[in-house]
Amino acid sequence: MLALSTRPISQVIKRMSSFIPAGIIASLHSAHGLRYWGCCVFLLLAGCAEPWNNPYPAAQSGENILYNAFAERPKHLDPVQSYSTNEILFTAQIYQPPLQYHYLKRPFELIPQTATTLPTVRYYDANDVALPADAEEVAFSVYEIHIKPEIHYQPHPAFARDVLGDFLYHTQTASDLKQIQKIADFEHDDTRELLADDYLYQIKRLAHPKLHSPIFGLMADYIVGLREYAETLSKHATANPDDVYLDLRQFPLSGVEKVDDHTYRIRIKGKYPQFIYWLAMPFFAPIPWEADRFFSQPGLADKNITLDWYPVGTGPYMLTENDPNSVMVLERNPNFQGEHYPAEGMPEDVENNLLQDADQPLPFIDKIIFSREKESIPRWNKFLQGYYDASGIGSDSFDQAVQISGQGETVVTEGMGEQGIRLETAVAPSTYYMGFNMLDTVVGGRTTQEKQAARKLRQAISIAVDYEEFISIFANGRGLAAQSPIPPGIEGYRDGKAGINSIVYEWHNGGPRRRSIKVAKRLLAEAGYPDGIDKKSGKPLVLYFDVTTRSADDKAILDWMRKQFRKINIHLVVRSTDYNRFQDKIRSGNAQIFEWGWNADYPDPENFLFLLYGPQRKVGNNGENAANYDNAEFNRLFERMNNMESGPQRAQIIDQMLAILREDAPWLWGYHPKDYALYHAWYQNVKPNRLSNNNMKYWRIDHNLRAQKQREWNEPVLWPLGIVFFLLMGGLLPAWLAYRRREQGRSLTTQSS
Amino acid sequence: MLNYIIRRILYAIPILIGVNLVTFMLFFVVNTPDDMARMQLGTKHVTDEAIFKWKQARGYDKPLIYHDDAPGFQKFTDTIFFEKSLAMFAFDFGRADDGRDIALEIQSRMWPSLAIALPVFLLGLLAYITFALLMTFFRATYIDFWGVVLCIALMSVSSLFYIIGGQFLISKLWHWVPISGYTNSIDAWRFLLLPILVGVVSSAGANSRWYRTIFLEEMSREYVRTARAKGLPERIVLFRHVLKNAMIPILTGAVVVIPLLFLGGLITESFFGIPGLGSYTIDAIQSQDFAVVRAMVFLGSLLYIIGLLLTDLSYTLVDPRVRLE
Repeated sequence: MLALSTRPISQVIKRMSSFIPAGIIASLHSAHGLRYWGCCVFLLLAGCAEPWNNPYPAAQSGENILYNAFAERPKHLDPVQSYSTNEILFTAQIYQPPLQYHYLKRPFELIPQTATTLPTVRYYDANDVALPADAEEVAFSVYEIHIKPEIHYQPHPAFARDVLGDFLYHTQTASDLKQIQKIADFEHDDTRELLADDYLYQIKRLAHPKLHSPIFGLMADYIVGLREYAETLSKHATANPDDVYLDLRQFPLSGVEKVDDHTYRIRIKGKYPQFIYWLAMPFFAPIPWEADRFFSQPGLADKNITLDWYPVGTGPYMLTENDPNSVMVLERNPNFQGEHYPAEGMPEDVENNLLQDADQPLPFIDKIIFSREKESIPRWNKFLQGYYDASGIGSDSFDQAVQISGQGETVVTEGMGEQGIRLETAVAPSTYYMGFNMLDTVVGGRTTQEKQAARKLRQAISIAVDYEEFISIFANGRGLAAQSPIPPGIEGYRDGKAGINSIVYEWHNGGPRRRSIKVAKRLLAEAGYPDGIDKKSGKPLVLYFDVTTRSADDKAILDWMRKQFRKINIHLVVRSTDYNRFQDKIRSGNAQIFEWGWNADYPDPENFLFLLYGPQRKVGNNGENAANYDNAEFNRLFERMNNMESGPQRAQIIDQMLAILREDAPWLWGYHPKDYALYHAWYQNVKPNRLSNNNMKYWRIDHNLRAQKQREWNEPVLWPLGIVFFLLMGGLLPAWLAYRRREQGRSLTTQSS
Repeated sequence: MLNYIIRRILYAIPILIGVNLVTFMLFFVVNTPDDMARMQLGTKHVTDEAIFKWKQARGYDKPLIYHDDAPGFQKFTDTIFFEKSLAMFAFDFGRADDGRDIALEIQSRMWPSLAIALPVFLLGLLAYITFALLMTFFRATYIDFWGVVLCIALMSVSSLFYIIGGQFLISKLWHWVPISGYTNSIDAWRFLLLPILVGVVSSAGANSRWYRTIFLEEMSREYVRTARAKGLPERIVLFRHVLKNAMIPILTGAVVVIPLLFLGGLITESFFGIPGLGSYTIDAIQSQDFAVVRAMVFLGSLLYIIGLLLTDLSYTLVDPRVRLE
């Protein structure tokens, strides 16, 4: 192997000579020939200070850049619309809502971002009389938020003004825009200070008739006047179809109020303590009206220049290149300042070197390049070559990446360890479950007697389906069998004996042990199906499992699931359909058993328990309760818990709610997935989690170490070139000889005739 | 010939309308506009109101093909099919569901597709014909025998294997070129070498065998016997006479695909991270973006029709006996 970057060309030629024919070697050894071939090889390998397989330009070598990959192109980067993880990955680095999560502390803790402190909340009755903080009958809650002064937006042409103070690019004509193909083509840019008005403008945008914010419906139930505001805007837009710019400043919204340039209030109907978590999401980030005005100019959208694709924020990074088909680039916002790496964390953070940069100004990385990588194989290989700084672990590369140590810990394999790769794990605030449709006569029941029997049936199935085995076989151990809908790290989750689902588990030798199949069979018999036979009809019990269309790879999962039901002699029929039809079945209540999942929006039990709240039923109410579970006592407790601040009293209510759920078993609680991710040795300050998305400002890269390792790991291997050459020669030479022989033979024949 | 070309272009119009109608029916048989809205709006907090507004904003709130309540001719024109399809004949493809202009996307994505497809096509044609001529030249010898064996071996391997194998050997083990990626600069050649090599090798078996068959068939013609009787060397017989006379079947297969080169390769582009039209189509199908699917099917049909027309025209170039009327 050759380290071409560090050796003189003559040495390279010498090493290569064993593969090169003699004639060429002769010319190499003459002075003129050597110069000629040297030039050729030099030109061929130009830029070979870098490995040949380096996918990045040589000019980027040694720069403070983080290299990342994305598989799916984001659909929206407008914070009023973006909701998917792959979209928030970008928007969270660019836009700054008033609050954020502490990077290191667990359980998750909200801290100010652009706000000076956490918002103050005041409660009022229907007559607008102030109420004490512990009041239960609240008509309105008012959140008051103070933002820090001297925060500035990224440089952007929307803010550029001429000498008279008029905006340079707010009234562009078609001919002005002729030469504009991307946002960087505008010659001038400027900035301005972040104001309370910008936050209010964004809240109004939630109701914009053309933007379709996914949380409009939810927020319209809470923010005073938002629904009526949407109607007003819609009427205006219909009456003035030629208005390209809907100036929201002209339309007051009763639920928001500007107190001064750096203070604003949001008025909420009733009490909704979880509202504060929304203030940490990009939906509540500021949007300057100038940006909205700028991007609404006719002609820009035809060039794909929209606010949806070119965010304008105050955050640590700004999007400087947006080609979602190929590459997206975040660069340090030159106007970002004033934020520092946290000085406090969890006790283990010191040991994990997560506090070494305490109080250092953020961000650490200058540029983040996201390359589109749709397939897992090239993505994984590029990670191994050092061209991506981090990687998830696909099931096909799991054994190559991870092993179980003698102490039962999950660690990286020897090969990975030698490369300095480390593994970081975290239980995701998510749950994957199998739901029973409670409107179904068999698994839900209609009469009281049927309902009792169905409950026992569900309990029996809950015992039979062994999720520990599922996690071990199909998730490579990356998960935690769930005891309730609430995952670890969320209020209401309990470790140890107090936290187990006593219907399914018993406490044994210091850990939960799944109850025996005998217990499940007993429950099944009590449900009216002794040994899986329906007592009334005398026929075997058949249940139907609705799933979305699976690939051939998932056949094993479905076979496994059938086997679990067969343990108690239930025949499970899998009904596979496409995702749209599956959703139809769920909406209309035609599924019997189905599987689904939920990722938390925020770290509060309400965000999981509402999935089983009666008024959230899918059927009839089009809510998120896909099982259509409706228990009056659970609903009552939910309504109490929902309006309470965290504390022992709330925890007690959550315990009661979980006890009801475990008894009723409307879901097989399934499992909470564990995220596994691999990081190279040069990647520092990583504490993975799925809730706070603005983490990139905390990360650090040792780019010198990366450049060194990339060179070490990617030296070109040249001997196969010699093999290819000899193979070609070996194939062509006999052919040439045969041709000569034949031509000579023909010529002799011609002469003799 | 001009009349012939005009006639063929006119024939294309009903064909394109038919293709459009079939695409439309197939797409909407499995997807309702509500499904499309749900797909775009995500799974959380999606209300009926949000779905209605999404459909309204994109014109999907109208009847599919026939508007019963509309007056007169509007029964047909005030429908999703009419409004979405007619504009395409003026190459106005509209916007994708994510709001981006489809025509702009096609313009920018066709070059990366072409950057792979064109070299694969040209180099492939050269390599396959050369190899086929070599086998023909040495017919009934061990070279011919092992050449055919090699062709069958190459044909028996899945194209996905060539991609993964090529990436494994050339990029992962030998570190010669990047595994995947693309750039719009001149530096793109580094990313194109491997997909081009894979593209040429993966089709080598089938194409070389096909060309060999064509050449062997020509070799049995009387003019070849006459050429040999004149004492012409075998290479002259092959390259000057057989190759020229075999051009019609070669062109039949080759010219028709030239316009389709713009559309790129579905799998190749995904694996090599090439932002071409092939990966655009795959993305659109996965995200149920009817606007893009419809545009790409329309474009594919149009290019295929152009390819067939070019094939007919090319016959006149290689065979003076052919007249298009």
